Amino acid sequence: MTTDRHATPQWSASASQAPAVAGEDEGKQAGSVESAGHAGQAGRNQGAQPGNAVKQRTPLPERVWRVLVWGAMVFFLVNVLLLIATVAVNSVATRWFGTLLPQGFTLHWYAQAWSDFQLASVLWVTVEVVGAVVILSVLLGVPAAYALARVQFPGKRFAVLVFLLPLMVPPVTYGIPMATVMYKVGLAGTLPGVILANLVPALPFVILVMTPFIEQIDPNLEAAARIFGANTFRYFRYVLLPLLVPGMLAAGLLVLVRTIGMFELTFFTAGPGTQTLVVALYYAVFSTGVRAPQSIDAMAMIYMAITLIWVLIALQFVSPTQIVSRVKEQKR
Amino acid sequence: MNAPALLPPLAPRDTKGWLVAPALLFIVALFIYPFAYGLVLSFQPMNGGGVWANYVAFFTDTSMWPTILVTLKLAVPATLLNVGVSIPVAFALRRNSPYQKLVTTLLVIPVTLGTVLIADGMLTYFGPNGWFPQALQGLHLYTDEVRLTHNYWGVLISLIVSGFPFAFLLTLSYVTGIDPTLASAAATLGASPWQQFRRIYLPLLVPGLTMAACLSFVQAFSVFPSAVLLGAPAGPTRVMSIAAAEAAFENYDYALASAIAMVMGFVQLLVVAGMLGARRFFYSGPVTGGKG
Repeated sequence: MTTDRHATPQWSASASQAPAVAGEDEGKQAGSVESAGHAGQAGRNQGAQPGNAVKQRTPLPERVWRVLVWGAMVFFLVNVLLLIATVAVNSVATRWFGTLLPQGFTLHWYAQAWSDFQLASVLWVTVEVVGAVVILSVLLGVPAAYALARVQFPGKRFAVLVFLLPLMVPPVTYGIPMATVMYKVGLAGTLPGVILANLVPALPFVILVMTPFIEQIDPNLEAAARIFGANTFRYFRYVLLPLLVPGMLAAGLLVLVRTIGMFELTFFTAGPGTQTLVVALYYAVFSTGVRAPQSIDAMAMIYMAITLIWVLIALQFVSPTQIVSRVKEQKR
Repeated sequence: MNAPALLPPLAPRDTKGWLVAPALLFIVALFIYPFAYGLVLSFQPMNGGGVWANYVAFFTDTSMWPTILVTLKLAVPATLLNVGVSIPVAFALRRNSPYQKLVTTLLVIPVTLGTVLIADGMLTYFGPNGWFPQALQGLHLYTDEVRLTHNYWGVLISLIVSGFPFAFLLTLSYVTGIDPTLASAAATLGASPWQQFRRIYLPLLVPGLTMAACLSFVQAFSVFPSAVLLGAPAGPTRVMSIAAAEAAFENYDYALASAIAMVMGFVQLLVVAGMLGARRFFYSGPVTGGKG
C-alpha cells in the first residue's frame, strides 16, 4: 500500500511534468527551426562574403518593417474613420469653425435637410430604383447563370465575354454613349431609364456570382426528381428554387449595396425628378454655399446610415472581398 | 449578333441554352449597341467637318488633349501606390486571424460609401479648418497653411481612400489563394521571410497583381465626382471624364462627348493591354501545392 501510495504521486508528478517539457521542447523546436534557418543563412552568407555582419541582424529590420506596415494600415484606417466622424460631428454641430469640436450640438439640421433636399421623394426614388434593379437583375440573371453553368451551347464564350465587358469597362466610359442613346429615345430622365441604366452593371454581376453557385449544385438532383415524376415546374419549384435561394440572396444583397452607391450612371441618366440619394448628395456638395454645410452633412449621414445598414446585413451572407471584386472566382 | 441564332442546329441541342437569351439581349441592347452607336456618332461631328473632325478637335484643343495627361498623372501614381502598399499589408494579413476580419470589414466601409460621400467628408476633414490640418499644426509637423482640397492632392487622396481598400481586398484574395505550405517548405530549406516573399509569393502573385492593377487603374482613370468636388475642375484636375461630361451635358455635343469617351476607352485599353502583355514574362502556373 505504502509503495503504491508513494508511487502514484511520483507517477502523476512526472506525468504532469511531461507535457510541460514537451511543450517547451516544441517551442524550442519551432524556435530552433527559425533560428537554424537564420543561422544557416548567416553562415552561408559569411562563407560567401566574410565580414557581412548586417545580415545577422535580420530581426531588427524585420521588426521595423512590420511596424511600418502596421503603422501605415492603422494611419489609413484612423484617417478614414475620422473622416467619417467629421461628417457625423458636423451634422449635429451648431457652429464649427477652426476648433477641435463645435460650439454646440443640435439635431435640427436633419429636419432642415429633410425639407431642403426633398429627401422624402429622393428616398422613394432610391427605393424604387434599387428595388427594381435587384428584382430584375435576379430575375434575368439567374436563368442566364443557369444556362451558363449547365448547358454547352454555341456562342457560349461570346456570351461570357458580353457579360464580362460591362464589369471591366468603367461606368463613365460607357455611360456617356448610353446616356446619348437614352436621350435620343426619350428614356433619359425617366424612372425606367434610370433603372435600365443601373441594370447594365448589375445584371452581369448577378450572372457571374450565380454561375459558380449553380455549378456546385448536384446535377443528379434533376435526374432524381424526374425519376420520381416531377415535371419541369415541380422540379424548379420544389428542388432547384430552395437550393438557389442562398445564392440569390447573396447576389441580390451585393447588387443592392452596389446600386445604392452607383453614382455615374444615375448621374448621367437621371432628371430632376429621378435623382437617387447619392446623386442628390453630389448636387448638394457641388453647390456648397447654397445650403448650410451641416445640412449637407446631415443628408450624407442619412445616406451613410442606409448604406452601412445594408452592408452589415450583406456581410452576414457574403465575404468583404465579394463586395469589392466583381467576381471572387476570377482568381482561377 | 446573337451567336446561337447564327448557327444552324447540327445536333439536337439543349433548349435550356436559350435561358441566356433575355439577359444577353438586354446587355447587347443597353451596352453593346450604345457603344457602337457612340462610336459611329463620334465620326459624325455636330458642326460638320470631316469624319475625323471630333478627334482632330480633341487633339488640337488645349482644353481637351491635356486632360489625358492630367488623368494619367492622377491615375498612375494612385494605382502604383494602392497596389504597391496593398502587397505588404496583404502579405502581413495573409493568415486567417481576427485582425484580418476586422481590417477587411473596416476597409469595406470606404468602398461601399462611394466617392461622393468620401469627397464630402474630405472637404471638411482635410479642409483648411479640418481635423487633419489642425492635427498637423498642433503637432508642429507642418507650420504653413495646409492645402489639401480643391487641388491635385485632394483628388489623389480621394483616389487612395477609395482605391486602396479595393486594391487591398483584391490582393488579399490572391495572397490567401496561395498554398502556405509552399512558403513553409521554403522556410524549412532556410529561406528568410523576404526570400519567401521574393521567390515564392511574388512570382505566384504576378497574375493576380496585374489583374488588381488593371482594375485599379481603370477605376482611377475614370475618376469623376471627386475630381469635380475635391479638385480644381477648371484647371489642374480637369480629367477626361469632366471634359466628356461637359461636352455632353453642358454643350449638348454628344458626338464630341462620344469621341472623348472613345479616346478614354482606348487609353484604358492601351494601358491594360500593356500590363497584361508585360505579365506574360512571369510565371503563371498553379498556385497550390503539387496535388493542386
